[in-house]
Amino acid sequence: MPSLNYVAPTTVADAVKILAGASGPTRVMSGGTDLLVQLRTGRLKPELIIDTKKIPGIIGITQNADGGFTIGAATSGALLGEHTALGAAYPGVVEAANLIGSTQVQGRASLAGNLCNASPAADSVPAVIAAGGTVTIAGPNGTRTAAVESIVTGPGKTSLAKGEFITAFHLPPIKGRTGDAYLRFIPRTEMDIAVVGCGVSVTLDASGTITAAKISLGAVAPTQVLVDPACIIGSKLDDAALARLDAAAQAMCKPIDDKRGTIEFRTKVAGVLARRTAAIAVARAGGR
Amino acid sequence: MTFIGNKSDLRVVGTRPVRPDGVDKVTGRAVFGADAIMSGQITGKVLRSPHAHARIVSIDASKALKLAGVKAVITAADLPNIASEEAFVGEGPMNFRDLSLNCMARGKALYEGHAVAAVAAMTDAIADAALALIDVKYEVLPHVIDVEEAMAPGAPILHDDLFTAGETPKPTKPSNVAKKVRFTIGDVEAGFKAADVIIERRYTTAPVHQAYIEPHACVAAWAADGQCTVISSSQGHFMIRSYCAKLLGIEISNIRVVPAEIGGGFGGKTLVYLEPLALALSKKAGRPVKMVMTREDVFRATGPTSGAAIEMKVGATKDGKITAAQAVMKYQAGAFPGSPINPGLMCAFAMYDLANVDVLGYDVVSNRPKVAAYRAPGAPMASFAAESTIDDLALKLGMDPIELRMKNAAKQGSKTAYGVTHGVIGYEEVLQAAKAHPHWSAPLGKNQGRGFATGFWFNIGGESTGAVFVNEDGTVNVVSGSPDIGGSRASMVMMAAEVLGIDVEKCRAVIPDTSSVGFTNVTGGSRVTYATGMAVTQAAQAVVEDLKKRAAMIWDISPEAVEWKDGEAVPAGANAGGFDPLPLAAIAMKSAKTGGPIGSEVSVNAQGAGPGFGAHICDIEVDPETGHATILRYTAVQDVGRAIHPGYVEGQIQGGAAQGIGWALNEEYIYNKKGLMDNAGFLDYRIPVASDLPMIEAVMVEVPNTRHPFGVRGVGEVPIVPPMAAVGNAIRGAIGIRMEHLPMSPPRIRAAIDGAKMPKAAE
Repeated sequence: MPSLNYVAPTTVADAVKILAGASGPTRVMSGGTDLLVQLRTGRLKPELIIDTKKIPGIIGITQNADGGFTIGAATSGALLGEHTALGAAYPGVVEAANLIGSTQVQGRASLAGNLCNASPAADSVPAVIAAGGTVTIAGPNGTRTAAVESIVTGPGKTSLAKGEFITAFHLPPIKGRTGDAYLRFIPRTEMDIAVVGCGVSVTLDASGTITAAKISLGAVAPTQVLVDPACIIGSKLDDAALARLDAAAQAMCKPIDDKRGTIEFRTKVAGVLARRTAAIAVARAGGR
Repeated sequence: MTFIGNKSDLRVVGTRPVRPDGVDKVTGRAVFGADAIMSGQITGKVLRSPHAHARIVSIDASKALKLAGVKAVITAADLPNIASEEAFVGEGPMNFRDLSLNCMARGKALYEGHAVAAVAAMTDAIADAALALIDVKYEVLPHVIDVEEAMAPGAPILHDDLFTAGETPKPTKPSNVAKKVRFTIGDVEAGFKAADVIIERRYTTAPVHQAYIEPHACVAAWAADGQCTVISSSQGHFMIRSYCAKLLGIEISNIRVVPAEIGGGFGGKTLVYLEPLALALSKKAGRPVKMVMTREDVFRATGPTSGAAIEMKVGATKDGKITAAQAVMKYQAGAFPGSPINPGLMCAFAMYDLANVDVLGYDVVSNRPKVAAYRAPGAPMASFAAESTIDDLALKLGMDPIELRMKNAAKQGSKTAYGVTHGVIGYEEVLQAAKAHPHWSAPLGKNQGRGFATGFWFNIGGESTGAVFVNEDGTVNVVSGSPDIGGSRASMVMMAAEVLGIDVEKCRAVIPDTSSVGFTNVTGGSRVTYATGMAVTQAAQAVVEDLKKRAAMIWDISPEAVEWKDGEAVPAGANAGGFDPLPLAAIAMKSAKTGGPIGSEVSVNAQGAGPGFGAHICDIEVDPETGHATILRYTAVQDVGRAIHPGYVEGQIQGGAAQGIGWALNEEYIYNKKGLMDNAGFLDYRIPVASDLPMIEAVMVEVPNTRHPFGVRGVGEVPIVPPMAAVGNAIRGAIGIRMEHLPMSPPRIRAAIDGAKMPKAAE
């Protein structure tokens, strides 16, 4: 008979030790809102689950001295939604995280779980990428930092090495007139998986011209993709810039036909969402 | 005694008391199928076919049987191989042999999810491990999913012994077309010649699941002496009893079925899947066996309603008189015959007074789960096609859609294509109420459209038993054989309280097991408030007559000199004597001295269920860049005969509209090339969530049914009939394009706007 063991270490070191020493299929659990569903359907059959939530600091949000944020890996969407300073600085990240699942799921669902589940359709990932997010990774050789866009390597696959897990997310301090936004398309209005997701962050100069931008699309390729921001940098997001952005976003799409959408539909909607998301980000940055 | 004429005299009917089962259901105390427990129960699980169509070469369960904790394994070889026999036990026709083969495949698996074996084991984990140890050798056969592909020459044949019924001469080659059926009135060719305008269109609809929240569940025990007990969640415990008896060869008196609360059925729980297997496993294991489906099982193995391909042609004169209507409808039956093609043909044009109608239908099998009844079975797809076509007709004629329908409205005396002449019906009243509603004339904004559509359901009566027993303290037990799905306990106690003249709180609704009340058909066809309500009303009336006799005995006067008023016996007049009124409780207290316990049980086979009509108005805004349709406002007008509990009637109307909107916008089965379902779960089988819908305004029109003491018409099914066309007509208004394929999902709307080829879901 198959068996499933559960451990909840109370230090990062213990967690790394157990993770690195595990011989069979092992999963690290934060909120568990994806993991438990996959256990139930039989898609995953791990022999060991390592619950990180008992590790001090893995749940919680800190605003650093420089104005940036450190978010514990297992911090729930509900906590993100309740953090006033985070919501003011990174509304796009918070709204993306808060789109995941239902109110009940929000009590558990975390950024680390959403990232490491490695679904191309994860809502929070394009938003955190656009915001310039990084992660701290603990492992047998100590800790390292990586950009969020370097983590997912394919559906269900990450760049984390054996024994590694994410302990925290970092969002940089807001510089000048910066705004971010996230939009997704779903056939319904909630409780759904993104057919296309788009996160955008922009920085404007005093005149309202875009000086920096990061644009990330979800659910249109095996991993989240970045759209070259050159198409809008130097513009005030006028109609011509929006048209360039639409085309650039569509050009980055390598989607599949599946139960959630066709290639043609996903590609077109990626362009639509890129335009709409960028417009919100610019407005939040105080432009237009 | 009839109450129709004087609504103002009613004390209870038409009010909104708290439902008798409400506290149990909101506090979690109610016992649903999966909550039921029998002492010593073990777990039963089903092994299902991973193939859409396959010959079962062999089944070897020896390894599973050796696993510690496994108590029994069954296959079709453990069930009686019964003969073909038509049955009318559930909702719609059923063949006992087909149902047996649907519960457990024999020789061939006909769809992905078809049961091929079942195990009983001490725990869920052991049962799962045992399923993995059963070695089934399959020879995979070519499959066919689509209805028209299944009809095409050379299509893989599901049943070698299925020959198209309704063809002359009788076919000699087997076919996936189980039946061909036609209803005709007048002469459509002449009708089309007389038309100035003709609209001709072709529609397709996807099969949709009832999506009840509670998966199928039961616990069953087969005792050593042959006495069988089943606790299950269904739309009819007598139906469960009948099917189990027939499928397993048990005498009916040896089966007792206890109804669990039911977490939704919508027609989908009018047949059996698990109960015969649980009994057969219990017989072999010597223990009660509990079985609970997963949601995935529900999608892969239980019946949705049919998808359909429909060609429709309607002609009219310039002034809007419809001269002819014609349709060819092809309905998917799933793996066994029995699609609701007949009601589809019946309901398509029943709203209209037409001289020339010709409707031809096909019942077609393919490698999908066998269809089950779903709320107004067959009518919604037919109505989608008909009411979309009528909308185009109105547009071409430059007529208001309600005016066009008024001009052709069915009324008392209108003859339908299927032979029935309408009695007292409320279609014109419904149209008038819709037209007068402020929604119809409210302004619309950019990218917005308004759709109007109507629908018909004939409603049924049938066999029901109701009983009223007076307790010694004057309270009353109201007993019936109908499982309560939509608030029928409330309706039953309200009708009894009305007749008895007492407060509804004095009446307790009870739904006992099959051995404790007379036979009652399934809760379906919108029949319960009508037929079971009639039985309960008649039982209460018999009790009142008895109470008057008891009072007469106490007063020592003639029973004719006693009247029953507001829950009390009173002397009929001054001549009867100067007695103080005798309340029900006072008579009940003395019942031992006046003849013993007071009560009455009445069984009826109710005829004369009044048909129902609905008219829906839907406002939609379409995002032209994403194809996303947002329902802005929705009004559903319906002739309800007379609402016993208006709150639950409104609930039925709102629920039907909500399900219809899901059917219209996003619900569909997505099959891959192997004939396997890709979206067997609520994540990707998209029923509407609360935030997808506005408050649905239910407008009740009351044209009482003269055949029921309170004027009841069935109300549960009509509201799912108009929504698909109402939504489609609203989308046509918003984007100027007629959507001919359901669901009208964002990719399809965006593609239509782009003028691109319609994308077909992953098939």
